[in-house]
Amino acid sequence: MIALEVLYAAPPVLTLHAPILLVISPLIAACAAALAPSARVSWMISVTGSIFAAWMALALVGEAARHGTVTYIFGGFAPPLGIAFHIDGLGAMMALLISGAGVMAAIYSGHSLKVEVRAEKHTLVQAGFLLCQAGLLGLVSTGDAFNAFVFLEVSSIGTYALVAIGESRDRRALPAAFNYLIMGTIGATFYLIGLGFLYAATGTLNMADMAGRLATLSDSTVVQAGFAFIVVGLGIKAAMFPLHGWLPGAYAYAPSLISIFLAATATKASLYLMARFIFDVFPDGASFEQGFIAWVLAPLAATAAIVCSIQAIFEKEVRRMLAFSSVAQVGFILLGLSLATSAGFSGAMLYLLAHALLKMTLFMAIGALALSSRYRKLDDIAGIARDAPWSAAALAVGAASLAGAPLTVGFLAKWRLIEAALQGGQVWIAVVLTIASLLTLLYVGRIIEAVFFRPAPAGAPRAKEAPFGVLAPLFVIAGLCIWFGIDASLLEQLANGAARALMGAP
Amino acid sequence: MNFLATHFNYIVVVILLMAGLFLVFSSGNLIKRMIGLAMFQTSAGLFYISLGKVSGGTAAIAVERGSAEAQALAAQVDPAYAAQRGFEGVIYSNPLPHALILTAIVVGVATLAVGLAIAVRIREAFGSVETSDIEVLSRVEATQPGPQA
Repeated sequence: MIALEVLYAAPPVLTLHAPILLVISPLIAACAAALAPSARVSWMISVTGSIFAAWMALALVGEAARHGTVTYIFGGFAPPLGIAFHIDGLGAMMALLISGAGVMAAIYSGHSLKVEVRAEKHTLVQAGFLLCQAGLLGLVSTGDAFNAFVFLEVSSIGTYALVAIGESRDRRALPAAFNYLIMGTIGATFYLIGLGFLYAATGTLNMADMAGRLATLSDSTVVQAGFAFIVVGLGIKAAMFPLHGWLPGAYAYAPSLISIFLAATATKASLYLMARFIFDVFPDGASFEQGFIAWVLAPLAATAAIVCSIQAIFEKEVRRMLAFSSVAQVGFILLGLSLATSAGFSGAMLYLLAHALLKMTLFMAIGALALSSRYRKLDDIAGIARDAPWSAAALAVGAASLAGAPLTVGFLAKWRLIEAALQGGQVWIAVVLTIASLLTLLYVGRIIEAVFFRPAPAGAPRAKEAPFGVLAPLFVIAGLCIWFGIDASLLEQLANGAARALMGAP
Repeated sequence: MNFLATHFNYIVVVILLMAGLFLVFSSGNLIKRMIGLAMFQTSAGLFYISLGKVSGGTAAIAVERGSAEAQALAAQVDPAYAAQRGFEGVIYSNPLPHALILTAIVVGVATLAVGLAIAVRIREAFGSVETSDIEVLSRVEATQPGPQA
């Protein structure tokens, strides 16, 4: 057990203003990075901004654990009239995840961008990346539903441009980015329309205030229409099956800096907002909500977990395979949420954190292997373990976590989820989780088999091991996958804190 | 007929929304798809503006109480409606949805700009803005091994 208080220490002034510093430090860094004279300087700005945001997120995790909810009021207008940040255990957990992933991706980008993107674009890529980070951090901190829409779009617009920048290696990044933009905008506009309905019914935009007013309004068709729009809109953004069509392309063709960051955070931030609306804003006992969870959310999540795992098995391009796997894993998380119990929510959050860690490891490792080799298909990286043993070893750690091997973080998360399903009396969910986990083993096995046990294609040039700047963040994250597999008290504290914030004590 | 008159705005919203979405999904031309997207976003804007309208309400710019302008505005309010709702004097429309949708319009313009920029790059990379052409050309890409770094 680690003494968490040591980690959360920050000067009182910073702790007091941590909610706004969390969002504004990447935002300022984004402006600075865009104006930076050279790629090197913009990289340093990006790393500094991300580290500062992560520090503030740590301070907020400590504050949320001590006080329950941290409220930060803007401009002296008290909510519900003014806009305020409300950060509870769940928001603090998400902020830590996003900023932590931001730090690792930023450090990693120091070398990977040099290979993947033309030099004159580096400053703008870093700016876009920081903008995306600021948007996501704002999204998980705000207590105002419309503010959340704006932050969602700030992060999304950054993401569209960053996916498109992948065209210098693979021109399919462009149609993928366009498709993502269309779907993402439709999703965000659906959320906006849904919010309009809720505003018409309640006359407020503050989430806590809205929750209080909606408690007596669950029979209103206006509220139900708002619920439908919001859930579908956020479902698109969170790549909820069958609204996930944009995701494989966006993950597969973006520069690895972006794939790493998106895989760890983007869909998860939308999942956060969806969970916030379902379990916090809308009245818990409402029949339309329970019907949605039982007859829409759970079956679709189960289908995603099975179907997309099968799609991943038959996928030839390795990054697309990981992307399909991400859709399947979103299904796992949604299955945990659909239990609608505190244990289920805590399990889902643990799985969310675990998946973020292991998918980062996988995308980082694939990115590291791709730095010096033909990179598209699984066959292209066959036998690469001989040439790049360290990257391949980290890949193996990530793959083992994804498959749920014991002593890795993936095992623990799957275990908790299945345990929660059995506790909640939903045996079929436990069965689906088990089957999907076995399917995961198949495609993970394909990656391991290709990288370690197959000879390199004849005549292929030898690959080189990735440089230290790439291996260092990769090994930190891979190390965390194993560390948390053995002692997950830190992750469990975060997940339980999140569950307490929304569902009451587990 | 009465329903049509009272809900005219919302009917237009629904028509714009469906037409926009239909264009996005049915058209193969990237520019036309962006136009559809813009229509779709506009419908959300109209929806918010309609929500903010208070019948008999004027623009939300405060007029001095008791001034000639205030009396003229108050005279326009249907007295039966004002009595039923307990209003007195000038009624203002709700300014908040206007402020919200102003922000959403800015977001929409930014999205549109990024989308069109990507469409331009697609034209440069593939030589076409038709989805069907791009799909065929992408298939070529998928069969080739990746470029050497």
